Amino acid sequence: MQYQVEENCLTIFLPQEVDHHNAEDIRKEADKVIEQKHIRYVIFDFAGTNFMDSSGIGVIMGRYRQVYLMGGEVWAVHANDRMKRILRMSGVTKIMQVFEEEKK
Amino acid sequence: MSQAEGTTKTNEMEIIFDSKSENEGFARVAVAAFLTQLDPLLEEVSDVKTAVSEAVTNAVIHGYRGGEGKIRLSCRLDKESRKIYIEVEDKGVGIEDVEKAREPMFTTRPELERSGMGFAFMEAFMDDVEVESTPGEGTCIKMYKRFEEWITQSL
Repeated sequence: MQYQVEENCLTIFLPQEVDHHNAEDIRKEADKVIEQKHIRYVIFDFAGTNFMDSSGIGVIMGRYRQVYLMGGEVWAVHANDRMKRILRMSGVTKIMQVFEEEKK
Repeated sequence: MSQAEGTTKTNEMEIIFDSKSENEGFARVAVAAFLTQLDPLLEEVSDVKTAVSEAVTNAVIHGYRGGEGKIRLSCRLDKESRKIYIEVEDKGVGIEDVEKAREPMFTTRPELERSGMGFAFMEAFMDDVEVESTPGEGTCIKMYKRFEEWITQSL
């Protein structure tokens, strides 16, 4: 898993395809970092992602549960239209902010 | 004559693979590659890939509970009606209550962080989804989607 930690904020750079096969690794590694670094904010960076199924939704909901009790938040950035549609359809946008980039 | 017509209008493929999570990506890419002969929109290919991914993941996680087994994926396309029919079949444990399983947010495996959105995604991205399941014998998901007509204009 590609990630970056800044203070209490974890940015996860999601792979090209997020499915059940790689969701498992993301969740295990993310939870280790969340615990060790006292993470409160998790940012899912979709810049390199063009496929995600409901397994990815499970990963987001799971990380939300991890940080929510400490008053944390989860965010999505750099999501393309397809990813935004998946996020909206799943209802996960009720618990997660989708950051809208400024159009250049 | 009629046979020649039949062979040009429809095309079918079938693959059988092990129930392993690494084959989820293989299955959706195989279907996507097969679909290209219909010149589908990018969005339509993504829709089908997502639905196939959900169905195969269900077979791996729920059908075989992560254990060994074979998954059969078949795909038939009709060039005239621009419809694609997909079947994903496993010989796993089957589903006790299909209606319940199809409810959004319902999952029997919350410990695996399943979102319970698998069937909802299949239904959203395909035109129709049928589930045939017998406990102890297995599950077969049958779904189809009709692709947009291309309007071609000669200049």
